[in-house]
Amino acid sequence: MPIALTVNGETRTVDVEPDTPLLWVLRDTLGLTGTKFGCGIAACGACTVHLDSRAVRTCTLPVSAAEGMSITTIEGLAPDGALHAVQHAWIDQQVPQCGYCQSGMIMAVSALLAQRPDPNDAQIDAAVTNICRCGTFVRVRRAIHAIADGGKQEGRHG
Amino acid sequence: MGKWTRRAFIGAGSLVGGGFVLGVAGVAFAPGRHGVVSADAADKGGLTTWITVTPDDFVTILVPHCEMGQGSQTGLAMMAAEEMEADWDRVRIEEAPALDAYANAYMLRAFTGDAMPAPLGRAIDYGAYRLARWFGTQATGGSLAVRGTGYGMRVAGAAAREMLLAAAAERFGVPAHECAAARSRITHAWSRQSAGFGGLAKAAAAIPAPADPPLKDPDTFVIRRTSKPRFDIPPKVDGSVRYGIDFTLPGMLHAAVDIAPVEGGRLVSVDPAPAKAMPGVQEVVELENAVAVVADSYWRARKALAALRPAYDDAGHGGVSSATIFAAFDEALGDAPEMPAEAAKVVTADYRVPFLAHATMEPMACTARVEGDRAEVWAGTQDPLNARSIAAGALDFDADQVQLTNLMLGGGYGRRLPFCFDYVDLGVRIAKAMSPAPVKLVWSRENDIQHDYYRPAAMCRYAGALDPDGRPLAVAAHYAGGGDGESLFMPYSIPDQRFDGRRAPHHVREGAWRSVLNSQHGFFKESFIDEMAHAAGRDPYRFRRNLMGGHPRFRAALDRAAEMAHWGSPLPEREGRGIAVAESFGSIVAQVAHVAVSPEGRVRVRNVHAAVDCGDVVNPDSAAAQIEGGVIFGLSAAMVGEISIAGGRVVESNFNDHRMIRMADAPDVRVEFIRSDHRPGGLGEPGVPPVAPAVTNAVFAATGIRVRDLPIEKQDLSAPI
Repeated sequence: MPIALTVNGETRTVDVEPDTPLLWVLRDTLGLTGTKFGCGIAACGACTVHLDSRAVRTCTLPVSAAEGMSITTIEGLAPDGALHAVQHAWIDQQVPQCGYCQSGMIMAVSALLAQRPDPNDAQIDAAVTNICRCGTFVRVRRAIHAIADGGKQEGRHG
Repeated sequence: MGKWTRRAFIGAGSLVGGGFVLGVAGVAFAPGRHGVVSADAADKGGLTTWITVTPDDFVTILVPHCEMGQGSQTGLAMMAAEEMEADWDRVRIEEAPALDAYANAYMLRAFTGDAMPAPLGRAIDYGAYRLARWFGTQATGGSLAVRGTGYGMRVAGAAAREMLLAAAAERFGVPAHECAAARSRITHAWSRQSAGFGGLAKAAAAIPAPADPPLKDPDTFVIRRTSKPRFDIPPKVDGSVRYGIDFTLPGMLHAAVDIAPVEGGRLVSVDPAPAKAMPGVQEVVELENAVAVVADSYWRARKALAALRPAYDDAGHGGVSSATIFAAFDEALGDAPEMPAEAAKVVTADYRVPFLAHATMEPMACTARVEGDRAEVWAGTQDPLNARSIAAGALDFDADQVQLTNLMLGGGYGRRLPFCFDYVDLGVRIAKAMSPAPVKLVWSRENDIQHDYYRPAAMCRYAGALDPDGRPLAVAAHYAGGGDGESLFMPYSIPDQRFDGRRAPHHVREGAWRSVLNSQHGFFKESFIDEMAHAAGRDPYRFRRNLMGGHPRFRAALDRAAEMAHWGSPLPEREGRGIAVAESFGSIVAQVAHVAVSPEGRVRVRNVHAAVDCGDVVNPDSAAAQIEGGVIFGLSAAMVGEISIAGGRVVESNFNDHRMIRMADAPDVRVEFIRSDHRPGGLGEPGVPPVAPAVTNAVFAATGIRVRDLPIEKQDLSAPI
């Protein structure tokens, strides 16, 4: 059954079962592999995208539930060739290690910052619950605060 | 301290368009358990390190190690670029691909100066293969990349520099020793002549390669010891990096798999009909120990797999549980070790740690295409060559009938090391059943948590003796679950030390988990020395320190960690600091954890200070990231990590029940490095072992309760009413 989706500003029609999780439509049907599969039970956040600007875990979200909504993936977070402030901060603070969780981490953080430009630690803890096995949390927090400080805080590689 | 063995063999040739290529053979890491030197390396053509210079002045460095986010590729390139005096802003890195059947010819052409076919990257294959022959593997593990390969990188860089200097001297008409190299240029100051590396590359390629080029004095380093951004990071922030799980081919099918839940079990029966009736399903593949559904999409394969009700046997292990395994350990350990009769005080304690899963964030994935007598495999592995031979074995092929392309790893921590390639084995068997269609197998998280090569569960029975002045006379342990010289080593001058390994085998599949045996024994030994300190009525930091006279590097790290954490300064009630130190993989790490324990018994680790002596630090910020990551990884294990066994199988199945710490539980981690000229130690693993004991020692300081059984959350730490 054809389903019309708006992904990164473009309309894409996909022919899949309506209960297919959005994750697999993005990855396997649309080839947007930046969104990652981690657990399949919405426990780790590797599959996070923005749905109408909210951070949503897509591995348990039926594609039919995303119809008519604006979907933004890591590939569409910033306009072509540019980087979002969070992506800049991630490079500046050298956040990623293996990097596999970082698409989801960046989507969760960018959604948080769109709502709360200067979150405190408790707000960060509540909003960013993604799992990172390499243990980059120290730098994730540092990078979020650096963005909130409007770049006033010196990066390690400035 | 072992000595470097300075032995390397260098070959060079020219590239199409006037470039220069240079390779170095011989891994000259003599001391330690991994040391390998091949005297006939040049004859065998075993190049391990490649540098190319192209006319655009760019230097490209090929690195024979995979990147798991540990920063080895950038670090290794820094070591080569430093010796070469390359301009770091014009350095590129490529990962050496795994063996290519035609690489041999490419490599020989490079040696003889013939034109190199594009892409140059393929040319490293033979070198990578030879490296593997020496190691028996092409592994990235053991925190070994910078330690082992780094020397070869340095020699390659130095040789390239010498050749470029010679070429420039010839062009300038001056003696080479009057020329200087810096930032990818050679300059002759008196005659005011200079030339870029790119313009000299063609001439340099014709200069005989020096056999033993001089290496730089560390005091003159301009690239190393400064923090350089990692090359692999930019594509990791925009979603463009391709991991093994992202690989795709035209016409590719997708497979989901269910594996016998008890290790060793076999598939008894499965009715394929319910799956075959579902949309998109191509085949139900029955394997010895598993059943797979192959469909035109992964989701369809998963859904159809869920409709199957396969029956497996339990290989006779159905009665095994965590309780029976630990009961067997307990029995094997026997009586506590005997202590000297003159002891004024004897301390005894039992410790235990559970199995743990690696749980890399990228689930296991393998894409394969089997066509006739050839197979191609694409997967993320820590050892492409062993993965290749596993694939060949599964297909009953010779290794050279299989081509394996290694892809970016979404985490390793030991899960993707040699002999842990069950996902490759299953992947190629399924692809064989679907030949010639390519098939991508993606494991579910449940597959991953329940079919790991687990960190061994272990138990240890310690005894220690103190003299009337509180000085230790003896320390001894019986242990089960594995141990070795490094993990058991205590840097304390205690005259009588005895360690006795006992066997209590079980069927649970085990492997190397970040820091291997050190995570267990780091906890055991650094908990017990703490218990001895308290029994002696001494401060646990000073007690350790006083016993470290013979080990100044340990003492310096311990002192620095204590200073960083303001050891001894007052803390509120139910807060405490704990200290621990351990050496692993050539690096010494001391940590102080500061914890707060709520009245309900919830432990919050406020911060961890780590002082690290890993020898000469190549890329300090990247090195700090490895220690930070190791602390968090070790903390997950200490606080909440546990794989338990019931009915012979793993109980936990996903991140809901095999838990990890997240932002809310992640402490601030501060890392400092001890300035050192010692040869580089590893960094990927040594941050892990001291975490658990630092935290449990801190919990003791905060509550008076000694946690001897991990994870910590199992222990009731609530305040007495």
